[in-house]
Amino acid sequence: MSWVHNEAFVGYCFIMPNLVGFLAFTLLPVLASLIVSFTSWDLLSPPRFVGFKNFIDIFGFSLIPEAALASWTDYLFVWQYLTPKDPGFWQYLYNTAFLMLGIPFGMICSLFIAIVMNRKLRGIMFFRTIYFLPSISSLVAVALLWRWIYNPDYGLLNALLGFIGIQGPSWLTHPLWAKISLILMGLWSGVGGTNMLLYLAALQGIPQHLYEAADIDGANALHKFMHITIPMLSPTSFFIFIMSVIGGFQGGFQSAYLMTRGGPGGATTTLEYYIYNNAFKWFSMGKASALAWFLFLVILLVTMVNWKYGGKKVHYQYI
Amino acid sequence: MTLYHIMKIKKYVNHAILYSLLILFGITMVFPFLWMLSTSLKDPSQVFTASLQLIPDPIVWKNYAEAWEAIPFGRFYMNSVAVALAVTLGQVLTSSMAAYAFSRLKFPGRDSIFLGYLATMMIPGMVVTIPVFILLKSLGWLDSYKALILPGVFSAYGTFMLRQFFMTLPADLEDAAKIDGCSLWRIYWQIILPLSKPALSTLAMFTFLGNWQSFFWPLVVTSSESMKTLPIGLSYFQDIYTTEWTLLMAGSIIVLVPALLVFILNQKFITQGIALTGLKG
Repeated sequence: MSWVHNEAFVGYCFIMPNLVGFLAFTLLPVLASLIVSFTSWDLLSPPRFVGFKNFIDIFGFSLIPEAALASWTDYLFVWQYLTPKDPGFWQYLYNTAFLMLGIPFGMICSLFIAIVMNRKLRGIMFFRTIYFLPSISSLVAVALLWRWIYNPDYGLLNALLGFIGIQGPSWLTHPLWAKISLILMGLWSGVGGTNMLLYLAALQGIPQHLYEAADIDGANALHKFMHITIPMLSPTSFFIFIMSVIGGFQGGFQSAYLMTRGGPGGATTTLEYYIYNNAFKWFSMGKASALAWFLFLVILLVTMVNWKYGGKKVHYQYI
Repeated sequence: MTLYHIMKIKKYVNHAILYSLLILFGITMVFPFLWMLSTSLKDPSQVFTASLQLIPDPIVWKNYAEAWEAIPFGRFYMNSVAVALAVTLGQVLTSSMAAYAFSRLKFPGRDSIFLGYLATMMIPGMVVTIPVFILLKSLGWLDSYKALILPGVFSAYGTFMLRQFFMTLPADLEDAAKIDGCSLWRIYWQIILPLSKPALSTLAMFTFLGNWQSFFWPLVVTSSESMKTLPIGLSYFQDIYTTEWTLLMAGSIIVLVPALLVFILNQKFITQGIALTGLKG
């Protein structure tokens, strides 16, 4: 029975359970989804191959019918006569990008908290626990809480604004304020969480002698912050930023689903939400897969930027 | 006043500023939760009073009983625990086995398979979700524990993380065991696994937390009430009792408190794990 102890045989045995699952639930689905993106499929009738139709329907433009394109200037300014085939897609792309405006604010707040946390004050663990609570809480419960906070008539936020004499907006039913509301909720639930801990770990990794040397040179706190802390943290900042952008492109469904159902008028529908709608509400699997692959390519691009610049230019060399 | 005194006063002022910042920020974080708790104990008629009355009068405990009876929270709890436990166990077992093979055993095709694992790690979940949904639908597995558990069990990330950890373990123990005639199976079970407890428990914890909070997948694959997990159940509860805030808040507290307790008891372990791996809970 020597083959039972043959290293190659044992090796295959050990990877087999994981590999089978990996093939069934990751690798083959990825390939399948590429194929599905070239079909029209509602899961009721068999899939129909439609070539690039899904992609054209998403990214394509059509000429306004009445556009005559008579003179050469019309051809020069042809974009005036184009309308997107799927205006929703462009709106949701814009929404997705808009919601990512929260990323830099979140990073600044997380860094700020991490700096205070790093001062080793008495009772700091207590505050750390408190700041972490929103990240560990079920988003479904948090979303309910915030729907209540944002309620225009009796919500906490407008009550507080009322105290200082400001008439608050109807947060979740106004296209712009609804987006801002989601960003604010995201900030509240995220700033004391993972990113803060990453910053804290990075702060503790900065060699103390850099600050001592700066003290000898007579640098003040602001100088030290700008010329030591910020550069030394740049790899961490870059990592957090890239991860947040990657997360931002493929996110936004859950909070929008729970807070606004993507409304008002699609104002908080992100790409992830749009894919959900296409796949699991309207059952157009082909279009949903095409959208998912678009997302994949965008994320691939961001990852490549990360590879190119992640290790090198941002990393600060100190002696 | 000596320089010593000035320094000391400066330090006190400094600390006072820092503490007030910490407290201000802490209130921002905690006040909404307190308010949730307070509303969950109020009489429905007092919910809409504009004053910020934090301590309810009278305290209405029966909101909790009503919320608990309104929808099968017990069932949702059981589903969530069962699914999260099954995924966690499955993932730790299959990932650690594969990671052992990838880090310690030599066999043809090992590195190209591992590269395949790595390559899929940045693929957005959405790309995979749609075909897996179609697969489960064609197998007739939708709305079952199989659909909730199986796709989560096999993790490229878990395999990757454990493989990286196993690479750092010294080979001496294994070499000695091999000389004594110990089989590869026993080396995995009695040497590698016991040595890797920190990595295994970190992976287990994140897998459990991730599944506990998972929303998208259970939303997509479950339809009957008896299959819903806690987050989906709570969201469903919110859809039914849209404006009964006292009940909604009581239901949310029921969902939140056990998870928060678990976190507070293990928080040092959890926060260290996050700082080490950069993973989200």
